[in-house]
Amino acid sequence: MEPTFAAISVSLGGSLIEMNIFEYIVFITPQMSEGLGTTLMIYALTILPALLLGFALGIVKANGPAPVKGLLGVYTWAWRGTPLLLQLMIMKFGLRYIGVIIPDILGAVIVFTLNMGAYITEIMRGAIQSVDKGQYEACHALGIPRGRMMLRVIIPQSIRIAIPPACSEAINLVKDVAIIAVIGMQDILRVANQITQRDHTIIPYIYGFIVYLLLSSLLVKLFGRLEKRFTSYD
Amino acid sequence: MSEIMIRMTNIHKSFGQLCVLNGVDLEVEKGQIIAIIGPSGSGKSTLLRCINQLEKIDKGVIEIEGVVVTAVDTPGVHAAPKEQVRATLNKTGMVFQSFNLFPHMTTMENIIEAPLTVKKMKKEDALSIGRAKLERVGLAEKADAYPSKLSGGQKQRVAIARALAMNPDIMLFDEPTSALDPELVGEVLDVIKQLAAEHMTMMVVTHEMGFAREVADRVIFMDNQNIVADCPPKQFFDHPEHPRIIAFLDKMLSNKAQ
Repeated sequence: MEPTFAAISVSLGGSLIEMNIFEYIVFITPQMSEGLGTTLMIYALTILPALLLGFALGIVKANGPAPVKGLLGVYTWAWRGTPLLLQLMIMKFGLRYIGVIIPDILGAVIVFTLNMGAYITEIMRGAIQSVDKGQYEACHALGIPRGRMMLRVIIPQSIRIAIPPACSEAINLVKDVAIIAVIGMQDILRVANQITQRDHTIIPYIYGFIVYLLLSSLLVKLFGRLEKRFTSYD
Repeated sequence: MSEIMIRMTNIHKSFGQLCVLNGVDLEVEKGQIIAIIGPSGSGKSTLLRCINQLEKIDKGVIEIEGVVVTAVDTPGVHAAPKEQVRATLNKTGMVFQSFNLFPHMTTMENIIEAPLTVKKMKKEDALSIGRAKLERVGLAEKADAYPSKLSGGQKQRVAIARALAMNPDIMLFDEPTSALDPELVGEVLDVIKQLAAEHMTMMVVTHEMGFAREVADRVIFMDNQNIVADCPPKQFFDHPEHPRIIAFLDKMLSNKAQ
């Protein structure tokens, strides 16, 4: 069989069907869309909880009592210090041996949320600690109590500091989600791979390549706008 | 005898091995303007920062308006109850070298934050105080500007307005013009002079000798972790006695001349 962009032979129900590249793209789009749906669903379910979890835990990690800080230290240490793939494998294939069975999508969302949450926690903690000491002193001199100071002065500034690196994590997440293909979930990467194997053509890979590129570009633009809006002081 | 606003007794403070204040005694009367000068590292800023507890002293007693706000390692003398200490500390306002405005808040929001949260003032009352204080420092038109849009001199004037909005009895200025371009120093000093004319009790750590001479009632010269001289500015500048003061003034004047 001659690999060509002009015509692709697809075996359907035992018979070979020839189609040109445009027909082929239309032909594989429903399957690709299904994969894209899975990717988007996991992304959409993960992004907000992960950001909120990270911001909240970052605040606690910067201010909490020592035992809580220690506990959070163990959390970020463990989740940032092990491969995401291993975390997903434990969730999907490992937990069943101790009697815990979690549906695929939910399991993936939990792993991605906890993983990204760990990174955002450290980003937020660093942001809080990088707020100028003079801000604390000004609050002290004005008699503003600690809780109000955190809420009104320190945290708003920390969030502004944390937003650019957090946005970059949020953009990375869409690519990280592709890793679920390895544990057998039908995301866009895995679907593209299956079609390529089946039809012996590079087109599904290029299709997936372009979809990811569009997706991440869209997110870059979206978070870029968010960044602009929340990081300028005027 | 006039009312003592601040009384510091036998203040000791070290940062690790480095001794910064070694048994300092100081009294400030109501309405007095005190300029604190001296070489860097002589403990001027630290002395000021001990008053409102930005620094914790190692030993000594600090009273503000007759209330013991800090008493460390002094048998028989105890600090007042927490609430009273807090209320008394709230009668002091401080202005920093680096302004320390809240960058995410407008000028007006900076000023009304403490009245709203500490004094639980109604918003309209806080706003009218805010407007009055901004007017006073000559920045009424900058109410909605963010600090990033202000010059250094304007920032410092906003910082002064912010401190004044809490209606303090005592103002502590920690090198208020040291971070400013030379041409902006005057506008900040003018605001402080205006406060002086209204008999606000003030302690000003400064390197502006002209200002100290013109405005202060007392000049305090610090060196080697203690107060070396405490006298009226005329005597201090015209008849310096201590060799260290003479050396310091020579240095300041020759710097000015360059």
